[in-house]
Amino acid sequence: MKAELPPISSALDSDGRSRLPKKNAPWSAYSHLLIARMRELQREPEIVFWVFVFPLLLALGLGIAFRNKPADVSSVAIVAGPSAQHTLEALQGGSSKFRVDILESHDALNRFRLGKYDLVIIADEQGFTYRYDPARPESVLARSQVNEALQTSAGRRDPLHTNAQASSEPGARYIDFLIPGLLGMNLMNSGMWGVGFALVDMRQRKLLKRFVATPMRRSDFLLALTSSRLILMIIEVGLLLGFGILVFNMRILGSWFSIILLGCMGAICFGGLGLLTASRAQKIESVSGLINLVMMPMWIFSGVFFSYERFPALIQPFIRALPLTALNDALRATILEGASLRTQGVRLLILAAWGSLSFVLALRWFRWS
Amino acid sequence: MATAIECRGLRKTYDGKVEALRGLDLDIQAGECFGLLGPNGAGKTTTIEILEGLLQPTSGDVRIFDQTWHENERTLREWLGISLQETRLSEKLTVRETVELFASFYRQPRPADAILEQLSLTEKADTWVGKLSGGQKQRLAVATALVANPRILFLDEPTTGLDPQSRRQLWEIIRTFQKNGGTILLTTHYMDEAERLCDRLAIIDHGEVIAAGTPSELIDRLGGHHVVEFSVNGTRNAQPIDVWAALVGVESVRTDDGLVSLNVRQPHLTIPALLDAVESQGAELLHLTTRQASLEDVCVRLTGRHLRED
Repeated sequence: MKAELPPISSALDSDGRSRLPKKNAPWSAYSHLLIARMRELQREPEIVFWVFVFPLLLALGLGIAFRNKPADVSSVAIVAGPSAQHTLEALQGGSSKFRVDILESHDALNRFRLGKYDLVIIADEQGFTYRYDPARPESVLARSQVNEALQTSAGRRDPLHTNAQASSEPGARYIDFLIPGLLGMNLMNSGMWGVGFALVDMRQRKLLKRFVATPMRRSDFLLALTSSRLILMIIEVGLLLGFGILVFNMRILGSWFSIILLGCMGAICFGGLGLLTASRAQKIESVSGLINLVMMPMWIFSGVFFSYERFPALIQPFIRALPLTALNDALRATILEGASLRTQGVRLLILAAWGSLSFVLALRWFRWS
Repeated sequence: MATAIECRGLRKTYDGKVEALRGLDLDIQAGECFGLLGPNGAGKTTTIEILEGLLQPTSGDVRIFDQTWHENERTLREWLGISLQETRLSEKLTVRETVELFASFYRQPRPADAILEQLSLTEKADTWVGKLSGGQKQRLAVATALVANPRILFLDEPTTGLDPQSRRQLWEIIRTFQKNGGTILLTTHYMDEAERLCDRLAIIDHGEVIAAGTPSELIDRLGGHHVVEFSVNGTRNAQPIDVWAALVGVESVRTDDGLVSLNVRQPHLTIPALLDAVESQGAELLHLTTRQASLEDVCVRLTGRHLRED
């Protein structure tokens, strides 16, 4: 049948020499697609910022804001009166440190209302009145510390002898809790955007259609996209954990192999979800909304910035079934406790289930044009 | 001559109601440059995308070098070079990277450097696609099709929006491809382009082929050989069009924004009669020209619309 085809002499170049081109290797399409994808990412400064720099800035900012430091010194206002100076001396003489000012009653109450003072002390003939806000922890703390100091200076003797030992070690600090959570969130963000947004953008530009108009195997295309995600994932993990180790003296107890393996599962799981959200959307506006809709519950519930134990027990099973919860829990157990992956079967199963379900559905629904 | 593309009874219905194609037949010979013409929305892009195997027809058969999409998609993909309407290639890749990417999809592509040279893109090889001009982008789109070393080149409105020089450059590229034995199917709504490039063409309207043949055949058959165009003011008659139609040798009359066009066989008989008629109507002749009929006249006469209404 091929013999009937008209001769194609376009393989002859203008100089007339036959320059039959060399054949492409079977993996040629895959490797070109992967290299093209990586080049595009690298040449897009916004992507470099959001994927690599932004999480570091977030970690730095939150790490500084919530660094473990000695509790803030309570600030106390004493309403001016005959015994005000005496009260001030009593407070400054004790073991607890206070910032104390003597103010007119109106002024003191006004600044207390604005949060400039944690406590207002009003002295009268009977003793002291504390004005405090039970909804503000620092106000409650100030009240008890001030009371302690005033009672002691007035001569109270405690019937029981107590001792206190200070202990704050790496592993239990907020930054230690935060960094694995940020890592999980970052894998979710970049997986969903990196796959979902990229695909819809290519569909909108009719580039997907142009690709399927060639002999390109669709599996090569998806494989290259997945591979580019995994390469980015390794960089993300290395950067964020390296940052934690260097800047915050974080200790990594688990093996790097387990951490990378978890990163792979997370990247593939969220890549699958990204693929699913992108399977039909024609416009980047609609896929952006969809991606945010999918990620929103996980930002709130999956324990990125604070422990999800704070939510009611009733919704705990739902929270634990979310892929980001499973990923965050697994990352924390591995990084902070050195837990082996064998003990985390349920979490891995949840990740694998979300990932494979979304891949299967996405491939069934996916439109190339 | 072998048949390159053959389709029979092509129908395409969108969402069960919009009939984009209503039984379309085409035969395109190997080695010819075939043009699909028609107004916007006539079904040109639907047709070409079905032939390219990108759209599934509701019914009808497509054979390309006697192969069907159903049985032999992978082989057909190797044989076709395609430039879609309005593909936006990745802006952050260079011209060479883009061509090499497309080359990597084919078993035996042409060398990227040869393609860049042929399409005068060598100077721009290391420029990002986002920085190219419209004409360069369009040449790059054709380059991604030609790098396949295809037997058939599909071009959907390849020159829309280009300046005259870029258009001529593309025409040259198309002619070279044809000279080397390639087959071309292109859609366009530039009549001069179709007249110059195409060996044969089909005019499509409302999803059907309403005329097909070589450009000169179509003009002979449907254009009326000569066109006399004029405009007048102050005619006494309320329906002057009937007066013009009754003139000797007039085959058809069309008015377009005050300009009257007469299709005539023998201008030397019609023009004196026309001048007499203007005189007897007491009207004033503002403008009079006569010219050879063109493809544009054929299309307007057949479809009642200019191909570019924008």
